[in-house]
Amino acid sequence: MKSAIYYQTKKVTLNLLIHLFLVSVAATCLYPLLWMVASSFKTQETIFSDISLIPRQFHFENYYLAVSQSDFGRYFLNSVFYTASVAFGIVVISSMAAYAFSRLRFPGRNIIFAVFMAAMMIPIPGSFVALFVLLNKLHLRNTPLGYILCMISVGLSMSIFLLKTFFDTMPRELEDAARIDGCSKLGIWRHVALPFAKPALAVVVVFNALNVWNEYVLALVIFDNKNLMPLQRALMLFRGEFLTNYPLLMAGLTITALPIIIMYLLMQKYIVKGVASRAVFG
Amino acid sequence: MRIKSTLENYVFVLPAVSIFTIFYIIPFIWVLQLSMFSWDGILPTKIFVGLENFKEIILQDPSWWESMWNAGYITLIALTLQNTVAFLLAWACDREIKMKNFYRVIFFIPPVLSEIVVGMAWRFIINDVDGANIINRMLVSIGLPQLAHNWLSDPKTALTTVALVHSWKGFGWGFLIFLAGLQTIPRELYEAARVDGAGSWRIFKNITLPLMIPVFVLVAILTVLGTMQAFVLILGLVGGEFAGHTSVPVLRILAVMRDSSRFGYACAQGISFGVILVAISFIQYRLSKRYRQA
Repeated sequence: MKSAIYYQTKKVTLNLLIHLFLVSVAATCLYPLLWMVASSFKTQETIFSDISLIPRQFHFENYYLAVSQSDFGRYFLNSVFYTASVAFGIVVISSMAAYAFSRLRFPGRNIIFAVFMAAMMIPIPGSFVALFVLLNKLHLRNTPLGYILCMISVGLSMSIFLLKTFFDTMPRELEDAARIDGCSKLGIWRHVALPFAKPALAVVVVFNALNVWNEYVLALVIFDNKNLMPLQRALMLFRGEFLTNYPLLMAGLTITALPIIIMYLLMQKYIVKGVASRAVFG
Repeated sequence: MRIKSTLENYVFVLPAVSIFTIFYIIPFIWVLQLSMFSWDGILPTKIFVGLENFKEIILQDPSWWESMWNAGYITLIALTLQNTVAFLLAWACDREIKMKNFYRVIFFIPPVLSEIVVGMAWRFIINDVDGANIINRMLVSIGLPQLAHNWLSDPKTALTTVALVHSWKGFGWGFLIFLAGLQTIPRELYEAARVDGAGSWRIFKNITLPLMIPVFVLVAILTVLGTMQAFVLILGLVGGEFAGHTSVPVLRILAVMRDSSRFGYACAQGISFGVILVAISFIQYRLSKRYRQA
């Protein structure tokens, strides 16, 4: 029989090791980001000599230069516009479709739904080739509309799936009450289903917003016009022009990453939910 | 009346179906179609070549197979190293431990960042010989200056460096899914086993592992599909579309389309790659089913 002290020591040691492991991984996660932000406040001279995470002198002018010289303000607004439009479009379109798949009857319902779901599981690695040709034909290349519609289509399947499973749990009585009050189908969708699905809609908004803000390859294929480019696409151009100006580049990266980090910290419970539902789906 | 009601119902799915048809199904069909043509993307004339493109991929395109091998290598590291770390972290966070939520929030920061930002930030940290390169500085300070070099430019270390940065960016996904899976295991099972005198290792081996097999398969499938198709991170890390020693299939497709203007061939590459990906996840799924029955 081993003594109580033995078990106590064993437990404390194990806990200590676990914490050490967790802390070191957490530090590895944060370090590059802190380093990126710190470097954005340094100058070309101090960036290689001053390796501390808190710069000795803060040079805010990098941000001023990024916005004034390299149009980062415009790219930022472009990204905000695309992200907001796509998120809004997906919320309206996918919630209508999901409501219909869950509650309304019409021939072909299950087949159409199955096609949406199959799209989630079949990868087409070369789809951007065809999208490039298609947008050229429709004269939608180099237009915000072309990009927004493509991105809406990318997010539809996942959003419809999430919302449909949510609508399936909606009590029938809610709808019946509205119907007796003379609500139309569209009215029920707008005034009963949408408010009911708020938590699921939040997951849909967060995931699609992340996806659009971070998207690169379609922006590469669709936009040649600099004035229309979102941040991710502009960063690659920016690197071509300012390859050696690290502080400016780091300022650009920080401008691009900060909104996402803030949104993540504010909405992280919805992200965890979204990942969990993805896990359930698989 | 009934017809009107049915038509009304179609209105609900009409926007979704039309956008999806134009921007997903039609491109999908075009990829299949174009793969049998030789076309530069501009001229109105497309030349039908049958299965020539696929023949060329299989027999005469070493750079395609090299890119495939590269993606396979990155995926192998993601499957082993990245997922092991993810699982250990999830296991550690599944117990009564302080600051659990803090860790959970931190571990998912890399996945929410864009691949461009992550690639560029890491390049800055690891690629300059004597500049800000922290890894090299550490090597020098622990007395191994001969190991310090341009990690991404050296063909010998480039691919592994890419794979490690990819794992850094990706482990948060596995972590969250593993954690969600671990939390569904009823605590009573653990307690009952403990009462019966089972040690931590036996509980882990006989309760946790078997119950987690479906989750392992899910994470493995997501890892393979995600990592094989990853390429934006490499653009951020390495730069141009010809990523040299770190080229992967999707980058090849992009380069064949944009630089060689061979649209048909690019589509054929996309299809052969897609078929391989679907086959791999199907095999993984079947294996897991058999394992669960056994």
